[in-house]
Amino acid sequence: MSGSDAPSRTVVSDAMRAAIGSEMGRAVSYPISVSDIRKWAIAVYYPEEPPRLFWDEEYAARTVHAGIVAPEEFNPFGWMTAVPAGLPPSSEFRNDPDRTERTLGIPGPGLKFQLNGGLEVDYGVRMRPGDQITSITRLAGYREREGRLGLMLFTSSESTWTNQNDELVKRSTVTVIRY
Amino acid sequence: MQDIEIGAEIPTFVRQPGLHHWNRYAAVNDEFVPIHMDDEAGRAAGYPSAFGQGNLQWSYLHNVVRQWMGDEGTIERIACSFRGANVKGQNVTAHGRVTSIADEGPRRVVEIDVWTENEAGEQLAPGTARVSFPAG
Repeated sequence: MSGSDAPSRTVVSDAMRAAIGSEMGRAVSYPISVSDIRKWAIAVYYPEEPPRLFWDEEYAARTVHAGIVAPEEFNPFGWMTAVPAGLPPSSEFRNDPDRTERTLGIPGPGLKFQLNGGLEVDYGVRMRPGDQITSITRLAGYREREGRLGLMLFTSSESTWTNQNDELVKRSTVTVIRY
Repeated sequence: MQDIEIGAEIPTFVRQPGLHHWNRYAAVNDEFVPIHMDDEAGRAAGYPSAFGQGNLQWSYLHNVVRQWMGDEGTIERIACSFRGANVKGQNVTAHGRVTSIADEGPRRVVEIDVWTENEAGEQLAPGTARVSFPAG
């Protein structure tokens, strides 16, 4: 930490600091379906019709992609995953601001609110119908500063997604802000 | 893509998101968080109403790039930070402006500043994108 907005207090415990670099999760998606892709495209282009590349097989076959591909930012891990099997953790757990630390088996900072701070993604090959994606996520780091809403804790995690052919789909860093 | 020029703005992508948009996005991303569904939860978090998912702004940034680059283009990298909430009743416009163009072997690589903003011109999600096209 440096600069005039460096906080005079911290909520990052020794256990949290020691956990940086730890694996937070590993998941394998179910095979992506054309319906998954179509519904995603409808949602993100709503209320207008999404591009045909995402739902029209005949159109998509004539493009450089030679078939339907998913929008780059498509998430195949919603609702349920093949690994771990079964229902995902409750939304109460997933919406818990201390979820990161609870996942790692350590006490969290106990802040009340959380927001999506930002994303950085490098893309590899496109996701296609039938693909099964593996995601491995690690805790990348913590930083803090004083903000409009008090002490803000920025938590970064890095995920690597590969497909069933071990091709890189994306490498992403997500920053969650807690306050 | 022969018309790309540094400084040029790409065509905008405009929506007026509300619960119809956020609920659909929640449904595909399994992102049912009270602040995106319930005005009271939005107010408790310091905003005037429920507000849209940052991840939906993220999709809008992809949409504005995709509608410009067409099927031939490749989004190689994209990044943004979430600075402002998309609360109810706000128009959200996704923008892009070309900042550099370089031919790298078989690829023409175009760097773009991208951002979403509300109708007051306040940036909600500023970022950058790198797009490539087959050269020549």
